[in-house]
Amino acid sequence: MAIYTQKKQIVTPGELLAQGEYYPELNTFKEKDKIYSMIVGLFDYRGNRLSVVPLKHCYIPYVGDLVIGKVVDSGMSGWTVDINSPYSALLPLTEAISRPHSMRKDVEGILRIGDMIKAKVIAFDRTKDPILTIRDRDLGKVTRGKVVKILPSKIPRLIGKKGSMINLLKKVSLCDLTVGQNGVILVMCKSSEAEEAVIDVIRMIEREAHTQGLTDRVSEALRRRIAGTQ
Amino acid sequence: MIKSYPERLIDENGLRLDGRRPDELRPIKLEIGVLGNADGSAYIEQGKNKILVGVYGPREIHPKHAELPNRAVLRCRYRMAPFSTEERKNPAPSRREIEISKVIREALEPAVMSEYYPRTVIDIFIEALQCDGGTRCAGIVAASLALADAGIPMRDLVSSCSAGKAGGEIVLDLFDLEDKYGEADMPVALMVNLNMVTLLQMDGKLNPIEFERAFTMAIEGCRKIRGLQVEALKKRYQGIVEREGTSEFDEEDT
Repeated sequence: MAIYTQKKQIVTPGELLAQGEYYPELNTFKEKDKIYSMIVGLFDYRGNRLSVVPLKHCYIPYVGDLVIGKVVDSGMSGWTVDINSPYSALLPLTEAISRPHSMRKDVEGILRIGDMIKAKVIAFDRTKDPILTIRDRDLGKVTRGKVVKILPSKIPRLIGKKGSMINLLKKVSLCDLTVGQNGVILVMCKSSEAEEAVIDVIRMIEREAHTQGLTDRVSEALRRRIAGTQ
Repeated sequence: MIKSYPERLIDENGLRLDGRRPDELRPIKLEIGVLGNADGSAYIEQGKNKILVGVYGPREIHPKHAELPNRAVLRCRYRMAPFSTEERKNPAPSRREIEISKVIREALEPAVMSEYYPRTVIDIFIEALQCDGGTRCAGIVAASLALADAGIPMRDLVSSCSAGKAGGEIVLDLFDLEDKYGEADMPVALMVNLNMVTLLQMDGKLNPIEFERAFTMAIEGCRKIRGLQVEALKKRYQGIVEREGTSEFDEEDT
């Protein structure tokens, strides 16, 4: 029974993390009684459960995730949506309009290729492509605002503990922010200068996601930028 | 052009043509994250070898019929630049390049946990910019770093090194002249922590005792290279994590 590294230390693939009665969780694997990391990341544990926080990963859809995507194709029964993931998503016609509907009559009128949409993942199991819906409050076509893409692994930091970071951004900038779990963020402000300012700050959060006292620096930088736009 | 080839590969002091001892590696320089557009990338300089690797993926596979239902497909392309050798190399993919692409792919496949991303593809592009012997090994070293940089789950890093026989001596990490005029060249790739060999080829002749010695020497070389790989990875990410004292990642999903 021993843990060979410390919390928040960078570990590399194949690095021995611990030996003995431990449970491998996120991004770790067990071989006999030894636990190894499978990615480059930061080591963490709770009790005897070991995990590695990734520094970079691609977006894998989960049921219930809010995502922002782009319509890339339209077919007889729905649309194909690029959600910044290895798996392209499917938005069936029935999930876009409330029933009863008159088949393909006005499909073009609902969404066109190139439209950005806010959607929710309703089904995904890796054997089939994820299915999206826009039949819910605040979902559907994006009509204004700017979109910014960051690494999906930095999304938890952008949201912060119980939404602390994202609430700070909203409060200070008075903008409307929608964070897609797939690393795409929609910024809607009164002016495009304010949108640019918020995007710069989001980029700063992405760059400095793992540094201490980030919330304070973000708050200061944002106030300065927003004051400059007014 | 008349090329003079060496009379002796090992001098009277037991040193090789480039001044190395028989069990000495060439100096290695590793850099990670050198390409902005690739998901992961790495650059290696090993002696005169210069190799650039880019990794894309996991991403959607085209053509669609090539997908596998249970795991990601690994595609690997090894390519030598036309200016990488003394005589211009025809840029068309040669038999040798296609074969090396295949053996590199097979050397990396056991390490990549491709079952995490079914129906996708991971593309590895290995571009040899300057070649001086042992490029497949250097390519494997850099490719496994580029895969790690892309955030792809792996059982272990793959380290690789060649050993062989030149001028009657068993030597480590052969360079071009030793490869061409020596008796044997044997590239080995190893997952060091799991202690598994993923590539073993041999060109030339070694007797069982010599083979044993060369193999042990190559394994030792792989271990040294793994140390450099880990160091390079940590150096690359330390900057991101520790800009301001210790890191903090107070994450919480919606």
